[in-house]
Amino acid sequence: MAKVFAVTILLITIASAIPIFMNTWHPVPDVSAHGQAIDDQMSETMWEAGISFLASQIILAWFIWRFSGSRPGEKTRTFPGGAKGLVIAAIVLVGIEVFALGIFGVKAWAELYFTPPGPGAMPIQVQAGQFAFYFRYPGPDGSFGPIHPDKISEANQNFYGLDQDNDADSKDDIVAAEMAVPVNREIRLLMHSKDVSHSFYVPALRIHQDFVPGLDLQIHFTATKVGRYEIVCSQLCGLGHYNMKAYISVLSPEDFDAWLKKQAAFQ
Amino acid sequence: MSAHAAVHHGPPTSFIRKHIFSLDHKVIGKQYYGLALAAVIIGMVLSWLMRIHLGWTNAAIPGLHLLSRNGAPGDVMTPEYYLQLMTMHATFMVFFVLTTAPFAAFGNFFLPLHTGAEDMPFPHFNMMSFWTTFVAFCVMVSSFFVGDGPTLGGWTQYAPLSAVGSVAGPGQGSGVVIWAISIAIFCVGQLFGALNFIPNVLDLRCKGMSMWRLPMSTWAWFITSCMGLTSFSVLMPACILLILDHVAGTSFFIPSNLVLNDQLQPHSGGSTLLWQHLFWFFGHPEVYIAIVPGMGIVTQVLVTNMRKPMLSHRTLVYSMGALAVLSYMVYGHHMFVSGMNPAASLYFSFPTLLITIPSTIIVLIWLGSLYGAKLRINSASLFALGFISLFITGGVSGFFLAQPTIQIMLHATYFVVAHFHFTMAIAAIFGIFSGTYFWFPKMWGRMMNETLGRIHFWLTFIGVYAIFMPFHYLGLAGNVRRYQAFVVDYMQPLIGVHKFITVAAIFTGLVQLIFLYNFFYSKYRGEPAPDNPWQATSLEWSTTSPPPWDNFGGRQLVVYHDPYQYGVDGAHGDYVMQDSPEQIKGAVDEP
Amino acid sequence: MKSRYNFTALLTVVMLVGCGALLLNQKVSAAGEGKITGTVKLDGAAPHMKGIDMSKDPYCVKVNANTSPHMENVVAGSGGGLENVVLYISEGLSGAAAAPATAVPVFDQKNCQYTPHVLAMDVGQTFKVTTSDQTAHNIHPNPNPMTGNIPWNQSQPPGAPPVERSWKAPEMIEVKCNIHPWMHGWFAVVKGPYATTDASGNYTINNVPPGNYTVTAWQETYGTQTQKVTVAAGAPAKADFTFKAK
Repeated sequence: MAKVFAVTILLITIASAIPIFMNTWHPVPDVSAHGQAIDDQMSETMWEAGISFLASQIILAWFIWRFSGSRPGEKTRTFPGGAKGLVIAAIVLVGIEVFALGIFGVKAWAELYFTPPGPGAMPIQVQAGQFAFYFRYPGPDGSFGPIHPDKISEANQNFYGLDQDNDADSKDDIVAAEMAVPVNREIRLLMHSKDVSHSFYVPALRIHQDFVPGLDLQIHFTATKVGRYEIVCSQLCGLGHYNMKAYISVLSPEDFDAWLKKQAAFQ
Repeated sequence: MSAHAAVHHGPPTSFIRKHIFSLDHKVIGKQYYGLALAAVIIGMVLSWLMRIHLGWTNAAIPGLHLLSRNGAPGDVMTPEYYLQLMTMHATFMVFFVLTTAPFAAFGNFFLPLHTGAEDMPFPHFNMMSFWTTFVAFCVMVSSFFVGDGPTLGGWTQYAPLSAVGSVAGPGQGSGVVIWAISIAIFCVGQLFGALNFIPNVLDLRCKGMSMWRLPMSTWAWFITSCMGLTSFSVLMPACILLILDHVAGTSFFIPSNLVLNDQLQPHSGGSTLLWQHLFWFFGHPEVYIAIVPGMGIVTQVLVTNMRKPMLSHRTLVYSMGALAVLSYMVYGHHMFVSGMNPAASLYFSFPTLLITIPSTIIVLIWLGSLYGAKLRINSASLFALGFISLFITGGVSGFFLAQPTIQIMLHATYFVVAHFHFTMAIAAIFGIFSGTYFWFPKMWGRMMNETLGRIHFWLTFIGVYAIFMPFHYLGLAGNVRRYQAFVVDYMQPLIGVHKFITVAAIFTGLVQLIFLYNFFYSKYRGEPAPDNPWQATSLEWSTTSPPPWDNFGGRQLVVYHDPYQYGVDGAHGDYVMQDSPEQIKGAVDEP
Repeated sequence: MKSRYNFTALLTVVMLVGCGALLLNQKVSAAGEGKITGTVKLDGAAPHMKGIDMSKDPYCVKVNANTSPHMENVVAGSGGGLENVVLYISEGLSGAAAAPATAVPVFDQKNCQYTPHVLAMDVGQTFKVTTSDQTAHNIHPNPNPMTGNIPWNQSQPPGAPPVERSWKAPEMIEVKCNIHPWMHGWFAVVKGPYATTDASGNYTINNVPPGNYTVTAWQETYGTQTQKVTVAAGAPAKADFTFKAK
């Protein structure tokens, strides 16, 4: 029975590793400027985790195979080096690995979070609310009009609570149900929640940031490939959480201008 | 140092004192076990309903409308009902199974036996700890039947979804309040328990029982109690603040200007992140509370079945202690992208990566101890070995999640669900199974059926890998969690994987019937158990199966050895019991 | 003897005539159960009804591929007739005049919008919400709890059976879907007989006993207007309304 168990562990280990080697299930392709560092980190981690996983399961299987049963005539033995060697190995090997991953990771994190957006970044605002995202472009005046929460009325399609009659800045604001950005242009995304916690997860752009009700956040990114990608909410926000998504179109500059004009006319 | 404070209470006389409001830690332990068994069945059935829905979203599940007034009209699960079932699944499993069975159930039964005490130091508090937990359980169950059902906000109950009330969704009114009341009561029960476990270890050890002579499972329970004391005492006030936001018009967790369903909410001044900090300060130690007792049990089962000590028990104890201490410094890894200061994400990431070290040491010591062993294969040891395999897998996925950069891709995906199910749902459950097969003879005085135990092990081991390994792949592909259906374009190809998982889950769940049958049949009809069926050394095996009401029949216990005297030259058999006064040259305490 | 026969015959005739008169009288009353009819118009240009971008749910986009959905807050026909105006009797109804059962009002979710946009119903009348869509919706009415109407929130996945509910108190209750935030409509809960204007702005309130009444017309953007009418047997009252475009 012990030998069968050992073989079972081995088979399960190999079967688990196959889809990873074959890359059967993988993230959507990266179309962001900063994403390569994240993907590299993921590969590094996969190698290290994979080797640790394979090695430990194989050793477990091997020891179960070899050291089960009463083995008459043999005495029980102690692992050479005893605990001390293993503790040192754990601290050194794991410690190095772990610090390496940590330190490399700092660089990618810093690029996203400790580096401010450039001066030419295009500001776009996204508002998350049960259960849709609405996007706001500031229009030719370049500034976003104030949000009046008491004026928010989805019934009247006033998702942001804008007072376009009285607030000059709001008059040219463009509110859209989908997002579009010009390719290779840095975007400064202002994030606002209308009600509960939501999250802005765009796998293709390698960005993931929770909204915090009561706290407006900002992230920045640059999309590098034209296409249509999905934004999904990843923070449980209620019964419609699974259907809270929007599309982001990355367009050529000309197509983006045309899109923005069309949205302005739709207001 | 060993103190001699002994607890004396007379034998129980009435039926109620014997079986219901019992002061006997052994009865209390069995009551906790029964509660956990009921909770795990509920939690498992809830998971089946969830899994069927995920594979076949618009299918009618016959009879579902009977469970809920509005949750499943026409037997088709509504989106909110899925979330309600999910929240209850997690709540029952984390609190009433994983905190209860390995810690409160086995700990209550065996801690006094391991220390050589007659009972816990405060038997009345101990009795209250069980009944308080039982009341919490009943309150939680009642939420299914009140108003529009249980809360749908996940066992994590993030604010403001949890705090603004029913406008946020079905179950977010009375459902949240009932959940929070139940959990607050649960916390009180756990505090009563911790306040017994800790003084038992510190003050009630019998003569000769130094701290280092305590068995590993007792060290694990001791460390877990310390974590419980300090973490549940944070969760309870957090739940009270949440209740106040509902019933007293406060806004601890609700900022101003929130608009739900086109209604401006009458709250201001609160912080949504505050709830997350309070919850995860409890939540991370909680997951170690769920796993550390299992580590202790597995160590004890393995030592007995390897017929040799671990390479270093003190190292294992120090490592478990390190896990406990570090567990308070890592909680922010649940909040990397939460909107807290991104620098804080890095500050939490480093201890999270560091916590790999004690976990690795523990696994390496187990593996290294297997070297040269004469491993007995039985149900208990199979589940213990299975624990190691599952804990390795679960730990390895932690590598990914410890890094904020990687969490950009994996946060809130099925990768996280894979990680915590491997470590908590299956490794910890294997720890419970291992402990059950090992200690059943002592607790109920009969032997379990070994053949059924092995069948149970084989089918479960393969089954749980089949269920949960694919969760990693789903996570890597970006499958977001807590979705009741998959309407997102890039997730369409993943639905087939979900169907596979559902089939595996139902199969594996049904396999547990073998365990239930074995458990109940053996309880009443099993072979009578000898005092020491496994030739083990710790004190519980030196008394009858089951032990008498005062554990050791009034004997004055003296301990001469640590519990690792296996494979000793010159010993009668190949082991020496802790309280054996035999002078054997080879029986030397671990240095 | 003969006089007794005569008396009996006379009594029978009187009874028969009496019953007949009563019956005839009832028929006359039924024929006299009145109506209030009229037309509601908008004076001026209807405000621009913004188009709805349903792109968050590709199913909604698909089923609306050949239409261009837009807001329905003010729906005015080419002749100026206002649709979705609810007319009801706000004064003059005695308690005894119970409106006979009409067909069950049905609120359908179709192509990711509500049909009809405004559903009128009587206090305590059971109404149904159905779904004809292959995407889940949730129905989340927003009553003012001070009226005694209790808020609820119920999802309907595709294929779900109708939701049956009723309201306790008269109120104009806004109803929304949270999954599709552009979806909104009204439950117009009134006391007594009611009608809703059609695409041409015409309406008929049936089953109104003869009497003097105040009729109220309610439109979600323009509010209410009232008129006094007199309903006579066999002579329907007429009440036309005109709302001024802002």
